[in-house]
Amino acid sequence: MGRPPEGTNSVELFRGVTIDWLGKKWYFLAFSLIFSVAGVISMAWHWTHPVGGVRSPVPLGVDFRGGTQVQVQFRDQPDLAKIRQATVAAGIRDASIVNYGPVGNREVLVSLPEQQVETSLDAGRQQIQDALKASFGTSFSVRNVQVVGPTVGRQLQKKAGLATLYSLLGMLVYLWFRFQLIYGVAAVVACFHDTLITVGFFALTNQEISLTVIAAILTLVGYSMNDTIVVFDRIRENLRLSRRETLPDVVNRSINQTLSRTVLTSGLTFLTVLSLFIFGGRVLHGFSFALVIGILIGTYSSIAIAAPMLVAWQNWRGSRGKPAALPAAKRARV
Amino acid sequence: MKKNNQKIALIIAVLVFFIYGIVGIPSGVSGKALVESLTKRIHLGLDLQGGAHLILEVKVVEALNAETDNAVQAIQQSLKGVGMNSVQVVKPNPAQPQTIQVSGFGTAQASTVRSTLEDKFANQYDIVGGGGDSTITLTMKPSEITALNQKTVQQAIEAIRDRVDTLGVSEPVIQQYGLGDNQILVELPGISDLDQVKQIIQATARLEIHAVVGGPYNDEAAAIAAQGGSIPADDMVVHGSGSMVTGNDADSIYVVQRVSVVAGSDFRAADPGTDPNTGQRIVDFTLTNAAGDKFYDYTSKNVGQSMAVIMGGHVREVARIDSAIRDRGYIRGSFTPEEVTILSKMLRTGALPASLEYLEDRTVGASLGADSVREGVTAAVVGVLVVMIFMLIYYRGSGINADLALFLNLVILLGFMGFSGSTLTLPGIAGVILTIGMGVDSNVLIFERIREEIRAGKSASAAVDQGFAHAWITIVDTHVTTIVSAAILFLFGTGPVKGFAVTLTFGLLANLFTAVYVSRVIFDAHLNKLKSGEMVSI
Repeated sequence: MGRPPEGTNSVELFRGVTIDWLGKKWYFLAFSLIFSVAGVISMAWHWTHPVGGVRSPVPLGVDFRGGTQVQVQFRDQPDLAKIRQATVAAGIRDASIVNYGPVGNREVLVSLPEQQVETSLDAGRQQIQDALKASFGTSFSVRNVQVVGPTVGRQLQKKAGLATLYSLLGMLVYLWFRFQLIYGVAAVVACFHDTLITVGFFALTNQEISLTVIAAILTLVGYSMNDTIVVFDRIRENLRLSRRETLPDVVNRSINQTLSRTVLTSGLTFLTVLSLFIFGGRVLHGFSFALVIGILIGTYSSIAIAAPMLVAWQNWRGSRGKPAALPAAKRARV
Repeated sequence: MKKNNQKIALIIAVLVFFIYGIVGIPSGVSGKALVESLTKRIHLGLDLQGGAHLILEVKVVEALNAETDNAVQAIQQSLKGVGMNSVQVVKPNPAQPQTIQVSGFGTAQASTVRSTLEDKFANQYDIVGGGGDSTITLTMKPSEITALNQKTVQQAIEAIRDRVDTLGVSEPVIQQYGLGDNQILVELPGISDLDQVKQIIQATARLEIHAVVGGPYNDEAAAIAAQGGSIPADDMVVHGSGSMVTGNDADSIYVVQRVSVVAGSDFRAADPGTDPNTGQRIVDFTLTNAAGDKFYDYTSKNVGQSMAVIMGGHVREVARIDSAIRDRGYIRGSFTPEEVTILSKMLRTGALPASLEYLEDRTVGASLGADSVREGVTAAVVGVLVVMIFMLIYYRGSGINADLALFLNLVILLGFMGFSGSTLTLPGIAGVILTIGMGVDSNVLIFERIREEIRAGKSASAAVDQGFAHAWITIVDTHVTTIVSAAILFLFGTGPVKGFAVTLTFGLLANLFTAVYVSRVIFDAHLNKLKSGEMVSI
C-alpha cells in the first residue's frame, strides 16, 4: 500500500489490513453452528407445542394462523384477570389475552383462534367488543382489528412460501449468469444460512412472523446477496489480474481490500435499520428486528460462509484430480 | 466545462420536476398549504390513515343456479311450443347446478326434442343424448361458466361500489382480489366501524318475488303432505320470518315456485314511504320496463293468488294479488325506520347478483394510524440525519457530495410516488429508510475506490474516473438483485408489503441516477475548480 498523498487527513478504518480470514474458518463455522443449532432446537420446541391448534416452527402472526385479534387500549392500566372474567362471562372460551407493547401504552391484545367455517368469521370480534363494553363501558378504545379466515390464511402461506422460493431461485440464476455456478451456489448457501439464523432468533425470542416479517426476510436475502457479490466481484477481478497467487491468498486479499467498504455500508444500513427498530413503533417491530439481525448476519456470512465455500469447492475438486473450477491456482496449489 | 454546466442544468430540472411530483402546485408557501398539497398527491395506506379492509368471496354458484333455473323454464316454454307438453325438465343433481336433464318423451320424438334444444341452447350448453335414449342432458359449457362467474363478480363490485358511495368515503378501493377465485377487496379509508360497513354491503341480499303455490304451513312435513307427498321439481320450500307474515313470532313455511317472477336487477327505484291507509312504513318500488311487462303478465293472470317477497332466502312478506300490477308497487313489513332506509338503498342500487362471504376483516383505528405515521417519519428523519452526519465526518468534502445525492434521491423517490399515485404504507416508510442505507452504499463503493486510486498515486481526476468506472458494475449488480427481490415481493405480497416493494424499487432506481450521474457531475464541477496538484477532499 502506498503512502497517502500529502494533506489528506482522512479518517479511515482498516488501512492496510492483512487478516487471514480463511484461517479462521473453523471459528466462524463453530459460531454459525451454535446459533443455527440453537435456532433449530427452538423451532423444534415450537413445532411440538402448537398454539391454538396450529403447528408451526415459529410463532405465527394472525395473517398466517388465521383467527381474530383485537388490539385494545384502556384508559387505566389494564387488569388481565378482569378482562378474562369479562370474556368468559360472555361465553368466549379460548381467548388469549396478553399485554402489548410498552407498559405505558396500556394496550392489550385479545385473540381468538381461527374459525373453521367462514360464515362465523366476524362473530368473534363482535363478542369480544360486546364483552368488553359490558365490563368496561367506554373506558377503552379499539385501535386495531384483524380477522382472518382460513381461506385467506392458507393462501397467504402459500404465497409467502412461493415468494421465498422464487427469490432464491432468481438469485441463483442471476449469479450463475454473471459469475459461475459455484459462486451462485455459495451465495445461496450463505443466504440460506442467514435466513435460518434469523428465523431461529424469532423462535428463540418468541416473536411472531407476519407477512411484513417475510418481506423483511426477503429483503435481507437481497442484502446478503449484495454483500456477497461485492466480495465475489473483487475476487474475480483479482483472479484475473494475478495468475501466480493461490486461491486462498487471493480470497483473503479480496476480503481485506473490501473490508473497509463492507463494514462501512453494513454499518450505515445497520444504523438506519436500528433507527427504525428504536423509533419505528410496535407495528414494524418484527420487521425491523428481522432486518437488524439480518444485516449483521448477512455481512458476516459473505466473509465467513460464502468465501470459504469457494475455496473448499476448489480443494474438493483438486483432491479428486479434477481441474480447477476457478481461474487461479492452475496447479491446484492449496 | 460547458458540458458540465449542461449536466448541472439537467439535474436541477429533474429536481424541480420531482418536487412538482410531490406537492403539485401548492396554493401558497405556508406550511399548511404545502402539507395540504403533499397529502393530496401522496396517498396514505390504510395502516397510516386508519380505515377498514375487507376481503369478500362472491358465491358465484348462486348466480349459476339462477341462470340454469331460468334456462329450465325457457326449455319448458320452447318444448311446449313444439307440442311437447309432458316433458320433464329438471336439474338432477343440486351439487352440479350446470346440468339440466330433459326426459319424458318417447324415442320417436327424441330427434324433435334434440333439434329444438340445439336451435336455442347449443351456444351455451353441450347437448348429449337423443338418438335412442329417453333423456337428453344439457351441460353448460365451461367457457360460459367462467364468463358468467366473471360477470357476477363484476356486478357484485358495481353494486358494492354504489352502496359504499352512500357512506361518503373518499377514495374507496373496490376491486377484484387476486389471491383466489371470485374474491373482492374493499378498502375504506376513514371508516372504522365494521358493523356499519357490513350492514351496507349485506351478507346475503338477494331479493326476489315468487309465486306462492301453497301455505302457510306450520312445518315442513305439513307442507310436503299438502303437495301430495313430495315437492315438485319446479317448486321449493321457504321459511318466513318477521311477524308481519304470520301475525305472531312463529316460523311459517311456504311452498313457492322456484323461478322468481321478478328479482334483483329488475328493480329500478325504491324509496321509504308510509302506507296511507295504515300509517305503516313501506318501501315503494318501481320496476324496469321489461320487468314491468313481465310482472303485468303474471299478475293479470293470477289475480287472487299470492306472491311472496323473499329476501336472503327468507319470506319477508306474502301479498295477495288484488289487481294487475305493472311496475309500481310497495312492500309492507314490520320495518324500523333504519330498516326501511337500508332496504330502499339496497333495492335502488340493485341487489347483489349472489351472496357474499367474508374472508378477512381488518380495521386500523385512526389514532393508531396517526401514531404509525409519527413513528415512521421519526425513524426516517433520524436515519437520514445519522447517515448524512456520518458521511460528512468520514468523507469530509466528498461527504457533502454524498449528502446532496442522498437528498435528491429522496426527492425523486417521493416524486415518483406522487406521479404514479402509489400508496404509502408503513412498510413503505421502512422501504424509504432502507433505500437511504442501501443507496449510500453506492457512494461508499465509489469513494472507497477513489481513495484506493489516490493511495496508488493517481491524480485527482484520474482517481475519480477510475473510482466510478470500477464501482459501476458492482453497483448495478447489487441494485439488480435487490430490485428482483422487491419485484417478487410486489407480485406475491398484499397491500402494505406491496407498498414496501414500491418504495424500495423506486428508491434504488433513483439511486442509480443520483449516486452515479449526479455525484459525478458534482465531482467534475469540483475538479474543474482545483488547481493542478491539488487533491479532492475525500
